[in-house]
Amino acid sequence: MSTAVLDGHAADDSSEHDHGPAKGWRRWLYATNHKDIGSMYLIFSLLMFFFGGSMALVIRTELFTPGLQFIDPAFFNQMTTMHALIMVFGAVMPAFVGLANWMIPLMIGAPDMALPRMNNWSFWILPVAFTILASTLFMPGGAPASGWTMYPPLVLQTGDAFPFLIFSVHLMGISSIMGAINVIVTIINMRAPDMSLLKMPMFVWTWLITAYLLLAVMPVLAGGVTMLLTDQFFGTSFFLAAGGGDPVMFQHIFWFFGHPEVYIMILPAFGVVSEIIPTFSRKPLFGHDSMVYAASSIAFLSFIVWAHHMFTTGMPLTGQMFFMFSTLLIAVPTGVKVFNWMATMWKGSMTFETPMLFSLGFLFLFTIGGFSGLMLAIVPADIQYHDSYFVVAHFHYVLVPGSIFGLMAAVYYWIPKWTGYFYNERLGQIHFWLSTIFVNVTFFPMHFLGLAGMPRRIPDYSTQFADFNSIASIGAIGFGFSQLLFVYIVFQCVRKKGAVATQEVWDNPQGLEWTVPSPAPYHTFDTPPKVTAETAFS
Amino acid sequence: MSNKKPESVSTNALTARLLLFAAGMFVFGVFVLPPVYDVFCEVTGLGGKTKGQAAENVVAVADESRELSLEFVTTVNQYAPWEFRPAVEKMTIHPGGLYEAMFVAQNLTDQFRVAQAVPSVAPAQAASYFKKLDCFCFSAQEFLPGEVKEMPVRFIVDSDLPDFIDTITLSYTFFDTGGTTDDAAMPENMDHGADSAHGTR
Amino acid sequence: MQAGDPFSKLRGVPIGVRQRRTQALNFPGKRLSDDDWHDGNCANYILRLDGHKKENASAQWHTADCLSEKLMIRKILTGALTLLAAGTASADWELNMPRGVTELSAATQDIHMVIFWWCVAIAVVVFGAMIYSIFMHRKSKGAVPAKFSHNMAAEVIWTAIPVVILIVMAVPSAELMIKLEDTRDPDLTVVVTGYQWKWHYSYQGEDVAFYSTLARASQAARRRDSGIDPETVENYLLDVDKPLVVPVDAKVRILLTSNDVLHSWWVSDLAIKKDAIPGFMNETWFKAEVPGIYRGQCAELCGMDHGYMPIVVEVVGQEAFDAWLLNEKGAVTSVASAEGDLR
Ligand SMILES: [Cu+2]
Ligand SMILES: [Cu+2]
Repeated sequence: MSTAVLDGHAADDSSEHDHGPAKGWRRWLYATNHKDIGSMYLIFSLLMFFFGGSMALVIRTELFTPGLQFIDPAFFNQMTTMHALIMVFGAVMPAFVGLANWMIPLMIGAPDMALPRMNNWSFWILPVAFTILASTLFMPGGAPASGWTMYPPLVLQTGDAFPFLIFSVHLMGISSIMGAINVIVTIINMRAPDMSLLKMPMFVWTWLITAYLLLAVMPVLAGGVTMLLTDQFFGTSFFLAAGGGDPVMFQHIFWFFGHPEVYIMILPAFGVVSEIIPTFSRKPLFGHDSMVYAASSIAFLSFIVWAHHMFTTGMPLTGQMFFMFSTLLIAVPTGVKVFNWMATMWKGSMTFETPMLFSLGFLFLFTIGGFSGLMLAIVPADIQYHDSYFVVAHFHYVLVPGSIFGLMAAVYYWIPKWTGYFYNERLGQIHFWLSTIFVNVTFFPMHFLGLAGMPRRIPDYSTQFADFNSIASIGAIGFGFSQLLFVYIVFQCVRKKGAVATQEVWDNPQGLEWTVPSPAPYHTFDTPPKVTAETAFS
Repeated sequence: MSNKKPESVSTNALTARLLLFAAGMFVFGVFVLPPVYDVFCEVTGLGGKTKGQAAENVVAVADESRELSLEFVTTVNQYAPWEFRPAVEKMTIHPGGLYEAMFVAQNLTDQFRVAQAVPSVAPAQAASYFKKLDCFCFSAQEFLPGEVKEMPVRFIVDSDLPDFIDTITLSYTFFDTGGTTDDAAMPENMDHGADSAHGTR
Repeated sequence: MQAGDPFSKLRGVPIGVRQRRTQALNFPGKRLSDDDWHDGNCANYILRLDGHKKENASAQWHTADCLSEKLMIRKILTGALTLLAAGTASADWELNMPRGVTELSAATQDIHMVIFWWCVAIAVVVFGAMIYSIFMHRKSKGAVPAKFSHNMAAEVIWTAIPVVILIVMAVPSAELMIKLEDTRDPDLTVVVTGYQWKWHYSYQGEDVAFYSTLARASQAARRRDSGIDPETVENYLLDVDKPLVVPVDAKVRILLTSNDVLHSWWVSDLAIKKDAIPGFMNETWFKAEVPGIYRGQCAELCGMDHGYMPIVVEVVGQEAFDAWLLNEKGAVTSVASAEGDLR
């Protein structure tokens, strides 16, 4: 721990200080402080998590038994579409941006993000974007119902909501791009003097790579949806066969964005567990540098595998071969990461507090998602799996016990630093076990449904699929309500109920964020800290 | 900024560069990927797309030693009010020879209508060997009320066609592009399709 | 089965994906015995193949009784007891990709199983090591943390071995991919056109063409306020008014296109899934080796009634097919005239 940090700022957690937060709503609307913006991002994403989650429960309730009981097919399609858009762009991505805002300056010894005003904009665009998106639910023709993949020509049949869908996607894109630029500039320009790139913590590294991915693919998505807009309203025919276009081209553009997007949602979670596992194994991260190279090669490979989502569209054999092998290749660096985490735990001295439990849950269940991903890469098998519930099972395993567990782990790990109070460990562990059990009850049966022939995105199904659908629905309801416990636990910390956290919080954790007091003062690292052997990673 | 390192680019310059990169990726998505995709399709025959213009410099030399069977399939999109079918469903041809096939279409309404035929070839690998010298799909077809039209396609199947292909299916889909003869509205649209980089027909 | 055993109702119950979609005729091992059949066990009953329903009036009566009152309870119980039942009933229910009735569907399932077992093997090693470490290297057992954070040899090994495994996985599928693409020399070509929300089949050169839409019984039951229990509908949502009929052991080439939006023609027993794209012609093929009725669904989201455009392929003997074709030619429904009717 560097002593320089403590000088003058140790007790700076009240608004009495000159540079303390503004009073009332101004503090939030005009926020430029990375911690305030980080908190807003996290709270916003939590709201969206419940908003999108309630849609998932509408879906699962309808699917509980065969026959339509509660909603009509058109509304069902709106629910699946909105659920995905909200979870991807409203919950997972902003939550990781919130973590980046809070933690990157603390981890690299910077006083704030490099572009605080842009930071403010990139956050406040999001509530606007999602208000617009949510308002489409009340428009004539209903919300978008073409799936989050927005494939033409179907998406062009969207009602009045269509331009609002495109506009809100544009806004989400702009917000992400600004967030990404901020992260990159902060990491490149604001590091503590002695912190070379390779000494950065893994969370910072994975976010740097993620930010470059965002910067590269969000504009492509924006371009794709803009072409949809001009096809609909301005007489172009990029995707209309009648005018010489090709609907399949949209799929290429979409997945050129879409596959890196998968890694945008998972790489920061890789970073999180790479912080947590060493702390609770009381052992440094195994192969820090190879982790960096693995993450970089995953990012690179993610640009050349996109058409594995399109094996049934009719593709030349050579194309199929290429995308099959490139996709399989991604398993190698991903495997390296899993083995490195395994080696980190090996011969450690482990304890199992909630963040560690969520990280272990991540490790096991994300790997299961990885296995089904491997199976999906094999073209002949993919022809059977594609667009079935097997795929639904696969990506939910990657996203829920992957990305979401990563986020949960991060919150439990850093919330004592944010609020100065420990969460209730007992409740945290109960939350973990409920989440883990229910996530498996929900998504594991979906593998069987898909293999037995149930297509995805259908509001009703034949009676032989009834049992597993009922089980999945029970799991989903259980998972959904378990998350209320998470809200309770978090707000107990915010309300300063719980054990007081020390500066180090955990047992000798590594990193600069543990050299500032708990809760972290409003301003930290006004003078850059010294990076010592203890706080540097390599 | 207290911890700026001497070798680093200024924050503003770096931000500007990154913004420029993002803008570049947008341009890449809209203006580069589509034409690249079209070239890619043309080379590989992806989607069974054939050229939108008359093939040039093709000499008809029939390879009598090899026979191909050629099938025609017609589809009318979106229940559009046309009757559209091939004059014959199947013909046997020699690669390299020049042939003509007729298609018959009727406007089933009492209005002027414009249709655009979109060709597709299966198997897709054959698409780039299917050379059209003249085709009713090169331009939009205008129909008087109730008019019946015979429309020819003149083509050569390149004798370089890979050996494993013995049957080629030529499919045309009729898209209704408008119910009026208002020459400002629809033909302009069609021109755009044909002129822009995506008009690979 | 013991009458007094409270679990007797559940023990024999194949919980899972019930085998109903595929009804391969003369398929050994799929028929339930008559004993099973008369025991009056309602939970067991529901699992029977549909064909049986019509045959036994008393069981029918019994079922109606059971279904209305116990359906919900049964579902919750089955959910809770899935794992318990998994060990006991395995013969009659589908958890896995069907083996199908074509050479390629069997090969596809083989590949699926090979990758699956590879994944299981890797999982055993990786999860095994992690679980061992979790139990042995914990602080409460007095474990003292080691200091190492690098090991070149280990890193090289766990980079190289996966590469080898992946190649071993991928190479056999390349062979199958080539076969899947080989549409040469078909005995029969059918042009399949996707519509919102039905399929149109046109037999090339035979002047036989018709629409295939969701069967009436399902159509009636699927409405929200229909009051019809789907469990009472034979092949709920998987039945059509007019199936695609093809001869057994014949190579059938499928040409796919669409009238409006994207659709996807999926019959898993034939290991076929291919997108129908407006303006484009996709092709695929199958050669069914066992007569029977094979069911599938549209697999690409195509709007409101995406879930209501099933596919039924009836594979019959060559003579039966010829007779069927001759009969159809008497009552031709061409694309255009059918469209005329619709307008
Ligand atoms: Cu992907
Ligand atoms: Cu469909």
